[in-house]
Amino acid sequence: MASFPITEQVHLTRRYRFSASHRLHNPQLPPAMNQEIYGKCNNPHGHGHNYFLEVTVSGPVDPRTGIIVDLAELDSLVQSQVLDRFDETSLNELANFESQVPTTENVANEILRILNHHWPELRSTRHSRLEKIRLEETASNFFEIPNGI
Amino acid sequence: MIYVTRRAEFSASHFYHSPALSPEENLRLYGKCNNPHGHGHNYVFEVTVGGEIDPASGMVMDLKQLKEVISREVLTLLDHRFLNKEVPVFQHVIPTTENIAIEIWRLLAPKITFGRLHRIRLYETPDLFVDYYGPPSSHS
Repeated sequence: MASFPITEQVHLTRRYRFSASHRLHNPQLPPAMNQEIYGKCNNPHGHGHNYFLEVTVSGPVDPRTGIIVDLAELDSLVQSQVLDRFDETSLNELANFESQVPTTENVANEILRILNHHWPELRSTRHSRLEKIRLEETASNFFEIPNGI
Repeated sequence: MIYVTRRAEFSASHFYHSPALSPEENLRLYGKCNNPHGHGHNYVFEVTVGGEIDPASGMVMDLKQLKEVISREVLTLLDHRFLNKEVPVFQHVIPTTENIAIEIWRLLAPKITFGRLHRIRLYETPDLFVDYYGPPSSHS
């Protein structure tokens, strides 16, 4: 089948959402310092966000299929490994944040670590890589981590 | 270098089927998107062009000119079309989001003489988009 050459590289981004609550508090710091650093986010009862997660995959377009990753496979991985783990939870209670404050920076780092760990399970991404993740805490606040840089 | 982005929309239908795969493999890989009668999207794409500010006009380019090129070269070809059947290139290239983004680049690149085409971003839905930065030789 005629197609574009395999050297054509694209970036594909898929957007997901989950809702969770967190409290920014470092037990190794005195209460006053926690209050100073985290402000309202230090409220002991926590508060919640609707997070948006963007997962960017880069790679060559497979000339046989016209795609760079099987979306159903990617969706299933993100659902089982990230969304099922974090959605509708209190992040501070999770084992992932036993020894780190669940700031959006750390949540993003944790999501990137989880996805990298499970990436080899994707059968359709032999030639593609996890390029970047972006985590939006609110519409005005987001964090991006290029993978492997 | 300053990057200027213009956004445009078109509505079109498509379906995914690769003659290189068996019917069962097509159905497994593409799922509902393999329905030969097609389905549609309101596509949104962004054309990003890089250039320098002209000291006389204070502008990188005439945005109206960019809008006209997009309309003439892309929208007249793709808007309100069944891509697989009515757009010649997609009779032999599967009109996936990836391939449509590459095709939009190919349609625009030779016509954008007033700046350097930097990126095509194509949204199939608000939750799925593709970025294409041109063939490997065009990367600076």
